[in-house]
Amino acid sequence: MSRKVLFTLRHAPYGSAIAREALDALLATAVFGQDISVLFMDDGVFQLLPEQAPGGLPQKTLSSSLSALPLYDVEKLYVHAPSLEARGLTRDELALDGLVSLSSEDVATLFSEQDHLLSF
Amino acid sequence: MKFALAIYAAPFSVQASQTALHFAQTLLEQGHEVIRVFFYQDGVHTGNQLATPPQDEQDITQAWRALARAHQLDVVVCIATALKRGILNEEEAQRYQQPASNLAPEFTLSGLGQWVEAVVHADRVVTFGA
Repeated sequence: MSRKVLFTLRHAPYGSAIAREALDALLATAVFGQDISVLFMDDGVFQLLPEQAPGGLPQKTLSSSLSALPLYDVEKLYVHAPSLEARGLTRDELALDGLVSLSSEDVATLFSEQDHLLSF
Repeated sequence: MKFALAIYAAPFSVQASQTALHFAQTLLEQGHEVIRVFFYQDGVHTGNQLATPPQDEQDITQAWRALARAHQLDVVVCIATALKRGILNEEEAQRYQQPASNLAPEFTLSGLGQWVEAVVHADRVVTFGA
């Protein structure tokens, strides 16, 4: 049985373990063949910035795992446009290909289409 | 209704941990089914039976243990996030040659696949501490 599951990622990549462990959960869910969508929202949009170099912290970089999402058949990738705007970011400077930009209204629609919402 | 609960919140640190416990207790009182409780991220500390809170504070680990025994709950601690936080059962302590184990016997160490399976079979999934 395949369920429609949306992962909403709302935290910055390196300030806590949540972004990394969210990605682990996301990839595990993908391996089990669920119908996954991913929404980057709030500080989660910082996960999408290019040239992340957390080696000095030291931490492992998240962006290489994010770019592997299509290999796991995770191709429905969304970013909440007002979250970008509030942080002075634009769609063009983000590292991930295939991102669809959503308004708050679009996000509400996306939520309503899912079987389950998983928030990280 | 079938519920699956994911708990990321550390016990004794954030309110979400107590809220999750009270939510689970209320679900069961009202006759719902809790098909699995999955502790992830800092929530794995809930399984640490060595936690020793002061007597006038709620003992969250003991409360989960009692709830699990009373309702034969499937209470799973994510193995990957638990091991790195020092939450080990006897088997893992031996495997990694650690001097002690601390996971309460009502909890099971297992992988994210257990969580995905619960998500697939649940009518409702509720996350605490995200």
